[in-house]
Amino acid sequence: MDIILDNFGLYRDGLLKTLQICIYAAIGSLVLGTVIATFRVSPFPPLRATGTAWVTVFRNCPLAVVLFFCAFGLPELGIRGAYFWFGVSGLVLYTSAFVCEAVRSGINAVPLGQAEAARAVGLTYVQSLRQIVLPQALRSVVPPLGSVMIAMVKNSAIVGAFGVGGDLFSVQARLTSAQGLALIPVLLGVAAGYLIITIPAGVALGAIERRLSVVR
Amino acid sequence: MHWNAVLRVGAALVALAMAATGCGQQQSLGTGTSTPPVAQDARFEPGTTMAKIANAHAIRIGTKFDQPLFGQQTLGGKLTGFDTEIGRTIAGALGISPDQVQWVEAPSAQREELIKQGKVDLVVATYTINDKRRQQVSFAGPYYIAGQSFMVKSDNNTITGPDSLRPTKARVCSVQGSTPAENIRKYIDPNQLTVFDVYSKCADALRTGQVDVVTTDNVVLLGFVANSNGGFKLVGDTFTKEPYGIGIRKGDVAFCTFINNALTQAAKSGVYANAWKTTAGKVTTQTPELPALDPCS
Repeated sequence: MDIILDNFGLYRDGLLKTLQICIYAAIGSLVLGTVIATFRVSPFPPLRATGTAWVTVFRNCPLAVVLFFCAFGLPELGIRGAYFWFGVSGLVLYTSAFVCEAVRSGINAVPLGQAEAARAVGLTYVQSLRQIVLPQALRSVVPPLGSVMIAMVKNSAIVGAFGVGGDLFSVQARLTSAQGLALIPVLLGVAAGYLIITIPAGVALGAIERRLSVVR
Repeated sequence: MHWNAVLRVGAALVALAMAATGCGQQQSLGTGTSTPPVAQDARFEPGTTMAKIANAHAIRIGTKFDQPLFGQQTLGGKLTGFDTEIGRTIAGALGISPDQVQWVEAPSAQREELIKQGKVDLVVATYTINDKRRQQVSFAGPYYIAGQSFMVKSDNNTITGPDSLRPTKARVCSVQGSTPAENIRKYIDPNQLTVFDVYSKCADALRTGQVDVVTTDNVVLLGFVANSNGGFKLVGDTFTKEPYGIGIRKGDVAFCTFINNALTQAAKSGVYANAWKTTAGKVTTQTPELPALDPCS
Protein backbone atom coordinates (compact mmCIF):
# COMPACT_ATOMS: atom_id res chain seq x y z
CA MET A 1 0.00 0.00 0.00
CA ASP A 2 2.90 2.34 0.81
CA ILE A 3 4.33 1.75 -2.65
CA ILE A 4 1.07 2.90 -4.27
CA LEU A 5 0.70 5.93 -1.99
CA ASP A 6 4.37 6.96 -2.37
CA ASN A 7 4.10 6.85 -6.15
CA PHE A 8 0.52 8.10 -6.37
CA GLY A 9 1.44 10.81 -8.89
CA LEU A 10 2.98 8.27 -11.26
CA TYR A 11 -0.07 5.99 -11.02
CA ARG A 12 -2.46 8.92 -11.53
CA ASP A 13 -0.59 10.12 -14.63
CA GLY A 14 -0.57 6.56 -15.95
CA LEU A 15 -4.31 6.21 -15.37
CA LEU A 16 -5.02 9.46 -17.19
CA LYS A 17 -2.79 8.46 -20.13
CA THR A 18 -4.51 5.07 -20.41
CA LEU A 19 -7.91 6.75 -20.21
CA GLN A 20 -6.86 9.17 -22.95
CA ILE A 21 -5.72 6.31 -25.21
CA CYS A 22 -8.94 4.37 -24.55
CA ILE A 23 -11.32 7.26 -25.21
CA TYR A 24 -9.75 8.03 -28.59
CA ALA A 25 -9.57 4.33 -29.46
CA ALA A 26 -13.19 3.71 -28.38
CA ILE A 27 -14.56 6.53 -30.54
CA GLY A 28 -12.37 5.50 -33.49
CA SER A 29 -13.13 1.80 -33.32
CA LEU A 30 -16.90 2.21 -32.79
CA VAL A 31 -17.20 4.49 -35.84
CA LEU A 32 -14.83 2.47 -38.02
CA GLY A 33 -16.27 -0.88 -36.88
CA THR A 34 -19.83 0.20 -37.69
CA VAL A 35 -18.78 1.41 -41.14
CA ILE A 36 -17.02 -1.90 -41.82
CA ALA A 37 -20.13 -3.77 -40.61
CA THR A 38 -22.28 -1.92 -43.15
CA PHE A 39 -19.69 -2.93 -45.78
CA ARG A 40 -20.10 -6.57 -44.76
CA VAL A 41 -23.89 -6.56 -45.21
CA SER A 42 -23.78 -4.37 -48.32
CA PRO A 43 -25.35 -5.70 -51.55
CA PHE A 44 -22.24 -4.50 -53.45
CA PRO A 45 -19.71 -7.42 -53.67
CA PRO A 46 -16.44 -5.34 -53.62
CA LEU A 47 -17.54 -3.63 -50.41
CA ARG A 48 -18.47 -7.01 -48.88
CA ALA A 49 -15.06 -8.38 -49.87
CA THR A 50 -13.32 -5.36 -48.34
CA GLY A 51 -15.24 -5.78 -45.09
CA THR A 52 -14.52 -9.50 -44.92
CA ALA A 53 -10.82 -9.00 -45.68
CA TRP A 54 -10.59 -6.27 -43.02
CA VAL A 55 -12.11 -8.50 -40.35
CA THR A 56 -10.01 -11.50 -41.41
CA VAL A 57 -6.75 -9.56 -41.20
CA PHE A 58 -7.27 -7.50 -38.06
CA ARG A 59 -9.22 -10.05 -36.01
CA ASN A 60 -6.65 -12.76 -36.64
CA CYS A 61 -3.40 -10.81 -36.22
CA PRO A 62 -2.08 -10.44 -32.67
CA LEU A 63 -2.47 -6.87 -31.44
CA ALA A 64 1.29 -6.65 -30.90
CA VAL A 65 1.86 -7.36 -34.60
CA VAL A 66 -0.68 -4.71 -35.67
CA LEU A 67 0.98 -2.21 -33.33
CA PHE A 68 4.39 -3.17 -34.62
CA PHE A 69 3.35 -2.36 -38.18
CA CYS A 70 1.86 0.96 -37.03
CA ALA A 71 4.91 2.03 -35.00
CA PHE A 72 7.67 0.74 -37.31
CA GLY A 73 6.04 0.03 -40.67
CA LEU A 74 4.47 3.46 -41.17
CA PRO A 75 7.74 5.42 -40.60
CA GLU A 76 9.38 3.01 -43.04
CA LEU A 77 6.81 4.16 -45.64
CA GLY A 78 7.77 7.76 -44.93
CA ILE A 79 4.84 8.50 -42.62
CA ARG A 80 6.13 10.47 -39.61
CA GLY A 81 4.04 11.04 -36.55
CA ALA A 82 3.76 10.86 -32.80
CA TYR A 83 3.97 7.34 -31.39
CA PHE A 84 0.84 8.14 -29.39
CA TRP A 85 -1.23 8.35 -32.58
CA PHE A 86 0.46 5.32 -34.11
CA GLY A 87 -0.50 3.38 -30.97
CA VAL A 88 -4.09 4.65 -30.98
CA SER A 89 -4.38 3.81 -34.69
CA GLY A 90 -3.20 0.25 -34.09
CA LEU A 91 -5.69 -0.22 -31.28
CA VAL A 92 -8.49 1.24 -33.45
CA LEU A 93 -7.70 -1.05 -36.41
CA TYR A 94 -7.59 -4.13 -34.20
CA THR A 95 -10.69 -3.33 -32.16
CA SER A 96 -12.71 -2.24 -35.20
CA ALA A 97 -12.73 -5.85 -36.46
CA PHE A 98 -14.41 -7.03 -33.23
CA VAL A 99 -16.82 -4.07 -33.21
CA CYS A 100 -17.71 -4.88 -36.81
CA GLU A 101 -18.60 -8.49 -36.00
CA ALA A 102 -20.69 -7.48 -32.98
CA VAL A 103 -22.59 -4.88 -35.01
CA ARG A 104 -23.05 -7.32 -37.89
CA SER A 105 -24.59 -9.87 -35.54
CA GLY A 106 -27.00 -7.14 -34.41
CA ILE A 107 -27.89 -6.31 -38.01
CA ASN A 108 -28.54 -9.98 -38.72
CA ALA A 109 -30.83 -10.10 -35.70
CA VAL A 110 -33.11 -7.42 -37.18
CA PRO A 111 -35.94 -9.30 -38.92
CA LEU A 112 -35.49 -9.30 -42.68
CA GLY A 113 -39.01 -7.87 -43.10
CA GLN A 114 -37.83 -4.58 -41.61
CA ALA A 115 -35.28 -4.00 -44.34
CA GLU A 116 -37.69 -5.21 -47.01
CA ALA A 117 -40.40 -2.87 -45.76
CA ALA A 118 -37.91 0.00 -45.75
CA ARG A 119 -36.98 -0.68 -49.35
CA ALA A 120 -40.66 -1.12 -50.25
CA VAL A 121 -41.53 2.39 -49.06
CA GLY A 122 -38.74 3.72 -51.24
CA LEU A 123 -35.80 4.25 -48.85
CA THR A 124 -32.35 3.83 -50.38
CA TYR A 125 -29.90 1.24 -48.99
CA VAL A 126 -28.07 3.85 -46.90
CA GLN A 127 -31.35 5.38 -45.66
CA SER A 128 -32.79 2.01 -44.69
CA LEU A 129 -29.60 1.19 -42.79
CA ARG A 130 -29.48 4.51 -40.96
CA GLN A 131 -33.20 4.95 -40.25
CA ILE A 132 -34.45 1.41 -39.80
CA VAL A 133 -31.83 -1.31 -39.40
CA LEU A 134 -28.90 0.21 -37.44
CA PRO A 135 -31.02 1.82 -34.67
CA GLN A 136 -32.54 -1.58 -33.93
CA ALA A 137 -29.26 -3.44 -34.40
CA LEU A 138 -27.20 -1.20 -32.11
CA ARG A 139 -29.67 -1.59 -29.22
CA SER A 140 -29.24 -5.34 -29.22
CA VAL A 141 -25.44 -5.24 -29.40
CA VAL A 142 -24.75 -3.09 -26.33
CA PRO A 143 -23.68 -6.09 -24.19
CA PRO A 144 -21.24 -7.61 -26.74
CA LEU A 145 -19.92 -4.14 -27.64
CA GLY A 146 -19.37 -3.49 -23.94
CA SER A 147 -17.25 -6.63 -23.71
CA VAL A 148 -15.24 -5.52 -26.75
CA MET A 149 -14.66 -2.09 -25.20
CA ILE A 150 -13.55 -3.55 -21.87
CA ALA A 151 -11.21 -5.91 -23.70
CA MET A 152 -9.85 -2.87 -25.52
CA VAL A 153 -9.08 -1.08 -22.24
CA LYS A 154 -7.04 -4.09 -21.16
CA ASN A 155 -5.39 -4.40 -24.58
CA SER A 156 -4.26 -0.78 -24.27
CA ALA A 157 -1.59 -2.07 -21.85
CA ILE A 158 0.39 -3.26 -24.88
CA VAL A 159 0.32 0.15 -26.57
CA GLY A 160 2.76 1.57 -24.00
CA ALA A 161 5.54 -0.72 -25.22
CA PHE A 162 5.42 0.81 -28.72
CA GLY A 163 6.99 4.15 -27.98
CA VAL A 164 3.98 5.63 -26.19
CA GLY A 165 5.05 5.05 -22.62
CA GLY A 166 3.63 6.66 -19.52
CA ASP A 167 0.44 4.57 -19.56
CA LEU A 168 -0.79 2.67 -16.56
CA PHE A 169 0.97 -0.57 -17.38
CA SER A 170 4.37 1.02 -18.07
CA VAL A 171 4.27 2.49 -14.55
CA GLN A 172 5.19 -1.06 -13.57
CA ALA A 173 8.47 -1.02 -15.52
CA ARG A 174 9.50 2.34 -14.09
CA LEU A 175 8.86 1.29 -10.51
CA THR A 176 10.28 -2.24 -10.64
CA SER A 177 13.27 -2.26 -12.98
CA ALA A 178 14.31 1.38 -12.60
CA GLN A 179 13.60 1.90 -8.90
CA GLY A 180 13.95 -1.70 -7.78
CA LEU A 181 10.59 -1.97 -5.98
CA ALA A 182 8.93 -5.34 -5.39
CA LEU A 183 6.91 -6.52 -8.38
CA ILE A 184 3.73 -7.85 -6.74
CA PRO A 185 2.61 -4.73 -4.81
CA VAL A 186 3.45 -2.55 -7.82
CA LEU A 187 1.33 -4.76 -10.08
CA LEU A 188 -1.52 -4.80 -7.57
CA GLY A 189 -1.58 -1.01 -7.92
CA VAL A 190 -1.65 -1.34 -11.71
CA ALA A 191 -4.49 -3.86 -11.51
CA ALA A 192 -6.46 -1.53 -9.24
CA GLY A 193 -5.96 1.23 -11.81
CA TYR A 194 -7.46 -0.85 -14.60
CA LEU A 195 -10.39 -1.85 -12.38
CA ILE A 196 -11.04 1.84 -11.71
CA ILE A 197 -11.61 2.21 -15.46
CA THR A 198 -13.32 -1.07 -16.33
CA ILE A 199 -15.77 -1.57 -13.43
CA PRO A 200 -17.49 1.84 -13.81
CA ALA A 201 -17.45 1.26 -17.57
CA GLY A 202 -19.32 -2.01 -17.02
CA VAL A 203 -21.85 -0.33 -14.73
CA ALA A 204 -22.39 2.46 -17.27
CA LEU A 205 -22.92 -0.08 -20.03
CA GLY A 206 -25.55 -1.85 -17.93
CA ALA A 207 -27.38 1.46 -17.51
CA ILE A 208 -27.20 2.19 -21.24
CA GLU A 209 -28.52 -1.29 -21.99
CA ARG A 210 -31.55 -0.80 -19.67
CA ARG A 211 -32.30 2.61 -21.16
CA LEU A 212 -32.14 1.44 -24.74
CA SER A 213 -34.00 -1.83 -24.35
CA VAL A 214 -37.37 -1.91 -26.06
CA VAL A 215 -40.17 -4.38 -25.77
CA ARG A 216 -40.44 -6.32 -28.98
CA MET B 1 -0.71 -16.05 -50.82
CA HIS B 2 -3.07 -16.96 -48.03
CA TRP B 3 -1.19 -20.14 -47.10
CA ASN B 4 2.08 -18.31 -47.50
CA ALA B 5 0.97 -15.86 -44.83
CA VAL B 6 -0.14 -18.71 -42.57
CA LEU B 7 3.25 -20.40 -42.96
CA ARG B 8 5.09 -17.20 -42.24
CA VAL B 9 3.14 -16.57 -39.04
CA GLY B 10 3.78 -20.21 -38.06
CA ALA B 11 7.50 -19.84 -38.63
CA ALA B 12 7.56 -16.69 -36.53
CA LEU B 13 5.80 -18.51 -33.69
CA VAL B 14 8.25 -21.42 -33.82
CA ALA B 15 11.19 -19.00 -33.81
CA LEU B 16 9.70 -17.22 -30.83
CA ALA B 17 9.23 -20.48 -28.93
CA MET B 18 12.80 -21.49 -29.69
CA ALA B 19 14.12 -18.14 -28.52
CA ALA B 20 12.10 -18.44 -25.32
CA THR B 21 13.33 -21.92 -24.46
CA GLY B 22 16.90 -21.18 -25.59
CA CYS B 23 17.48 -18.90 -22.61
CA GLY B 24 20.00 -20.27 -20.15
CA GLN B 25 21.11 -23.08 -22.44
CA GLN B 26 24.68 -24.15 -21.90
CA GLN B 27 26.98 -24.52 -24.81
CA SER B 28 30.68 -24.96 -25.45
CA LEU B 29 31.91 -22.57 -28.07
CA GLY B 30 35.16 -22.07 -29.90
CA THR B 31 37.94 -19.60 -29.27
CA GLY B 32 37.71 -15.92 -30.04
CA THR B 33 40.01 -13.57 -31.83
CA SER B 34 42.76 -13.09 -29.24
CA THR B 35 44.29 -15.92 -27.27
CA PRO B 36 44.81 -15.22 -23.57
CA PRO B 37 47.56 -17.29 -21.93
CA VAL B 38 46.59 -20.50 -20.13
CA ALA B 39 48.32 -21.16 -16.81
CA GLN B 40 50.02 -24.55 -16.94
CA ASP B 41 50.87 -25.07 -13.28
CA ALA B 42 47.77 -23.61 -11.63
CA ARG B 43 47.55 -24.84 -8.00
CA PHE B 44 45.03 -23.65 -5.48
CA GLU B 45 44.26 -24.13 -1.83
CA PRO B 46 41.76 -27.01 -1.45
CA GLY B 47 38.20 -25.94 -0.79
CA THR B 48 38.40 -22.67 -2.68
CA THR B 49 36.28 -21.91 -5.75
CA MET B 50 39.49 -21.77 -7.80
CA ALA B 51 40.50 -25.31 -6.74
CA LYS B 52 37.01 -26.60 -7.50
CA ILE B 53 37.03 -25.13 -11.00
CA ALA B 54 40.64 -26.13 -11.75
CA ASN B 55 40.10 -29.72 -10.58
CA ALA B 56 36.85 -30.10 -12.53
CA HIS B 57 38.66 -28.55 -15.49
CA ALA B 58 35.45 -26.78 -16.40
CA ILE B 59 34.24 -23.25 -15.86
CA ARG B 60 30.78 -21.87 -16.58
CA ILE B 61 30.75 -18.17 -17.47
CA GLY B 62 27.59 -16.14 -17.92
CA THR B 63 27.65 -13.44 -20.59
CA LYS B 64 25.38 -11.62 -23.03
CA PHE B 65 24.82 -13.35 -26.37
CA ASP B 66 23.35 -10.31 -28.08
CA GLN B 67 25.54 -7.39 -27.03
CA PRO B 68 27.65 -6.22 -29.99
CA LEU B 69 31.36 -5.72 -29.16
CA PHE B 70 30.98 -7.14 -25.63
CA GLY B 71 29.33 -10.51 -25.86
CA GLN B 72 27.76 -11.48 -29.16
CA GLN B 73 27.18 -14.87 -30.68
CA THR B 74 28.11 -15.04 -34.34
CA LEU B 75 26.05 -17.03 -36.85
CA GLY B 76 28.66 -19.77 -36.59
CA GLY B 77 28.01 -20.06 -32.85
CA LYS B 78 31.22 -18.38 -31.70
CA LEU B 79 31.10 -15.77 -28.96
CA THR B 80 33.07 -12.60 -29.55
CA GLY B 81 33.47 -9.42 -27.55
CA PHE B 82 35.37 -7.72 -24.78
CA ASP B 83 33.40 -9.44 -22.02
CA THR B 84 34.07 -12.89 -23.45
CA GLU B 85 37.80 -12.05 -23.77
CA ILE B 86 37.86 -11.03 -20.11
CA GLY B 87 36.09 -14.31 -19.28
CA ARG B 88 38.65 -16.30 -21.28
CA THR B 89 41.49 -14.44 -19.54
CA ILE B 90 40.16 -15.44 -16.12
CA ALA B 91 39.62 -19.01 -17.31
CA GLY B 92 43.22 -19.04 -18.55
CA ALA B 93 44.49 -17.96 -15.13
CA LEU B 94 42.69 -21.01 -13.71
CA GLY B 95 44.44 -23.29 -16.18
CA ILE B 96 41.46 -23.74 -18.47
CA SER B 97 41.93 -23.22 -22.20
CA PRO B 98 39.49 -20.90 -23.99
CA ASP B 99 37.70 -23.70 -25.85
CA GLN B 100 36.87 -25.49 -22.61
CA VAL B 101 34.84 -22.58 -21.28
CA GLN B 102 31.11 -23.29 -21.06
CA TRP B 103 29.21 -20.14 -21.95
CA VAL B 104 25.79 -19.53 -20.44
CA GLU B 105 23.52 -16.80 -21.75
CA ALA B 106 22.99 -14.20 -19.01
CA PRO B 107 20.36 -11.59 -19.97
CA SER B 108 20.28 -8.53 -17.71
CA ALA B 109 17.28 -9.62 -15.69
CA GLN B 110 18.63 -13.11 -14.95
CA ARG B 111 22.21 -12.35 -13.86
CA GLU B 112 21.69 -12.37 -10.09
CA GLU B 113 19.60 -15.56 -10.20
CA LEU B 114 22.17 -17.43 -12.32
CA ILE B 115 24.86 -16.62 -9.73
CA LYS B 116 22.70 -17.32 -6.68
CA GLN B 117 21.48 -20.66 -8.05
CA GLY B 118 25.06 -21.71 -8.86
CA LYS B 119 24.35 -22.15 -12.57
CA VAL B 120 27.47 -20.14 -13.42
CA ASP B 121 30.82 -19.61 -11.68
CA LEU B 122 31.03 -15.98 -12.73
CA VAL B 123 29.19 -13.43 -14.86
CA VAL B 124 30.91 -11.01 -17.24
CA ALA B 125 27.98 -9.31 -18.96
CA THR B 126 28.16 -5.47 -19.09
CA TYR B 127 27.22 -5.79 -15.44
CA THR B 128 27.21 -2.42 -13.65
CA ILE B 129 28.35 -2.58 -10.01
CA ASN B 130 25.83 -0.95 -7.68
CA ASP B 131 24.78 -1.26 -4.05
CA LYS B 132 21.42 -2.87 -4.80
CA ARG B 133 23.12 -5.68 -6.69
CA ARG B 134 25.84 -5.95 -4.03
CA GLN B 135 23.14 -7.12 -1.61
CA GLN B 136 22.69 -10.24 -3.73
CA VAL B 137 26.09 -10.95 -5.32
CA SER B 138 29.75 -9.91 -4.96
CA PHE B 139 31.75 -8.14 -7.65
CA ALA B 140 35.37 -8.41 -8.72
CA GLY B 141 36.78 -5.56 -10.78
CA PRO B 142 35.65 -3.16 -12.21
CA TYR B 143 37.39 -4.05 -15.45
CA TYR B 144 35.89 -1.18 -17.45
CA ILE B 145 34.09 2.11 -16.75
CA ALA B 146 31.27 2.75 -19.17
CA GLY B 147 29.03 5.82 -19.10
CA GLN B 148 25.81 7.11 -20.56
CA SER B 149 26.20 8.91 -23.87
CA PHE B 150 24.23 9.94 -26.98
CA MET B 151 23.88 8.56 -30.49
CA VAL B 152 22.55 10.71 -33.33
CA LYS B 153 22.43 10.56 -37.12
CA SER B 154 25.80 11.37 -38.67
CA ASP B 155 24.52 14.63 -40.19
CA ASN B 156 23.17 15.96 -36.88
CA ASN B 157 25.29 18.77 -35.45
CA THR B 158 22.80 20.35 -33.02
CA ILE B 159 23.07 17.77 -30.22
CA THR B 160 26.27 18.18 -28.23
CA GLY B 161 25.45 16.84 -24.77
CA PRO B 162 22.70 16.51 -22.16
CA ASP B 163 22.19 20.27 -21.85
CA SER B 164 21.54 20.70 -25.56
CA LEU B 165 18.46 18.43 -25.51
CA ARG B 166 15.92 20.85 -24.01
CA PRO B 167 16.73 23.91 -26.20
CA THR B 168 16.68 21.81 -29.40
CA LYS B 169 13.44 20.04 -28.33
CA ALA B 170 15.16 16.79 -29.34
CA ARG B 171 13.08 13.60 -29.23
CA VAL B 172 15.04 11.18 -27.07
CA CYS B 173 14.71 7.38 -27.13
CA SER B 174 15.70 4.87 -24.47
CA VAL B 175 14.50 1.62 -22.91
CA GLN B 176 11.51 1.45 -20.59
CA GLY B 177 12.51 1.05 -16.95
CA SER B 178 16.26 1.27 -17.63
CA THR B 179 18.67 3.38 -15.58
CA PRO B 180 19.63 5.53 -18.61
CA ALA B 181 15.94 6.37 -19.22
CA GLU B 182 15.58 7.52 -15.60
CA ASN B 183 18.86 9.50 -15.73
CA ILE B 184 17.85 11.43 -18.84
CA ARG B 185 14.50 12.58 -17.39
CA LYS B 186 16.39 15.29 -15.47
CA TYR B 187 17.51 16.90 -18.73
CA ILE B 188 14.31 16.83 -20.81
CA ASP B 189 10.55 17.44 -20.67
CA PRO B 190 8.43 14.30 -20.28
CA ASN B 191 6.99 14.54 -23.79
CA GLN B 192 10.48 14.52 -25.31
CA LEU B 193 11.05 10.92 -24.17
CA THR B 194 10.10 7.87 -26.23
CA VAL B 195 10.59 4.46 -24.62
CA PHE B 196 10.76 0.98 -26.14
CA ASP B 197 11.50 -2.44 -24.71
CA VAL B 198 14.86 -2.88 -26.51
CA TYR B 199 17.51 -0.53 -27.93
CA SER B 200 17.30 -1.97 -31.44
CA LYS B 201 13.83 -0.38 -31.75
CA CYS B 202 15.31 2.97 -30.68
CA ALA B 203 17.99 2.58 -33.36
CA ASP B 204 15.28 1.85 -35.92
CA ALA B 205 13.30 4.91 -34.83
CA LEU B 206 16.47 7.00 -35.16
CA ARG B 207 17.03 5.66 -38.67
CA THR B 208 13.49 6.50 -39.82
CA GLY B 209 13.65 9.96 -38.22
CA GLN B 210 11.00 9.28 -35.59
CA VAL B 211 13.46 10.27 -32.82
CA ASP B 212 16.58 12.47 -32.84
CA VAL B 213 18.72 10.94 -30.10
CA VAL B 214 19.24 7.50 -28.56
CA THR B 215 20.77 7.43 -25.10
CA THR B 216 22.25 4.62 -23.01
CA ASP B 217 25.72 3.33 -22.05
CA ASN B 218 28.35 4.36 -24.62
CA VAL B 219 29.38 0.75 -25.28
CA VAL B 220 25.86 -0.30 -26.21
CA LEU B 221 25.66 2.67 -28.58
CA LEU B 222 29.09 1.86 -30.05
CA GLY B 223 27.69 -1.49 -31.18
CA PHE B 224 24.90 0.23 -33.10
CA VAL B 225 27.31 2.81 -34.56
CA ALA B 226 29.52 -0.06 -35.75
CA ASN B 227 26.57 -1.71 -37.53
CA SER B 228 25.12 1.47 -39.06
CA ASN B 229 27.50 1.81 -42.05
CA GLY B 230 28.32 5.35 -41.03
CA GLY B 231 24.70 6.35 -40.51
CA PHE B 232 25.01 7.03 -36.76
CA LYS B 233 27.66 8.66 -34.56
CA LEU B 234 28.30 9.19 -30.85
CA VAL B 235 28.27 12.76 -29.52
CA GLY B 236 29.39 14.31 -26.26
CA ASP B 237 31.30 12.79 -23.39
CA THR B 238 29.80 10.29 -21.00
CA PHE B 239 27.87 12.01 -18.24
CA THR B 240 27.45 9.06 -15.85
CA LYS B 241 29.82 6.37 -14.58
CA GLU B 242 28.88 2.70 -14.98
CA PRO B 243 31.66 0.51 -13.57
CA TYR B 244 31.41 -2.96 -15.13
CA GLY B 245 32.24 -5.73 -12.65
CA ILE B 246 32.51 -9.50 -12.65
CA GLY B 247 29.64 -11.01 -10.68
CA ILE B 248 30.41 -13.94 -8.36
CA ARG B 249 28.73 -15.72 -5.45
CA LYS B 250 28.17 -13.32 -2.56
CA GLY B 251 30.99 -13.31 -0.02
CA ASP B 252 33.53 -15.35 -2.04
CA VAL B 253 36.45 -13.05 -1.10
CA ALA B 254 39.19 -15.49 -2.17
CA PHE B 255 37.73 -15.83 -5.68
CA CYS B 256 37.27 -12.06 -5.94
CA THR B 257 40.91 -11.48 -4.94
CA PHE B 258 42.06 -14.11 -7.44
CA ILE B 259 40.08 -12.47 -10.30
CA ASN B 260 41.40 -9.02 -9.38
CA ASN B 261 44.98 -10.37 -9.45
CA ALA B 262 44.32 -11.98 -12.81
CA LEU B 263 42.98 -8.66 -14.16
CA THR B 264 46.02 -6.76 -12.85
CA GLN B 265 48.29 -9.36 -14.42
CA ALA B 266 46.44 -9.11 -17.74
CA ALA B 267 46.77 -5.33 -17.72
CA LYS B 268 50.53 -5.59 -17.06
CA SER B 269 51.17 -8.17 -19.78
CA GLY B 270 49.16 -6.33 -22.42
CA VAL B 271 46.48 -9.05 -22.64
CA TYR B 272 43.87 -6.57 -21.41
CA ALA B 273 44.72 -3.95 -24.05
CA ASN B 274 44.86 -6.64 -26.73
CA ALA B 275 41.42 -7.97 -25.70
CA TRP B 276 40.02 -4.45 -26.13
CA LYS B 277 41.73 -3.79 -29.47
CA THR B 278 40.46 -7.00 -31.06
CA THR B 279 36.86 -6.38 -29.95
CA ALA B 280 35.34 -3.05 -28.87
CA GLY B 281 38.53 -1.22 -29.90
CA LYS B 282 37.63 -1.82 -33.54
CA VAL B 283 35.12 1.04 -33.51
CA THR B 284 36.92 3.47 -31.20
CA THR B 285 40.45 4.83 -31.18
CA GLN B 286 40.73 5.01 -27.39
CA THR B 287 42.06 2.04 -25.46
CA PRO B 288 41.03 2.10 -21.80
CA GLU B 289 43.38 1.45 -18.87
CA LEU B 290 42.28 -1.08 -16.28
CA PRO B 291 40.38 1.05 -13.71
CA ALA B 292 41.32 1.08 -10.02
CA LEU B 293 39.89 -2.15 -8.63
CA ASP B 294 37.40 -2.13 -5.74
CA PRO B 295 38.54 -3.94 -2.56
CA CYS B 296 37.06 -7.42 -2.20
CA SER B 297 34.57 -7.93 0.60
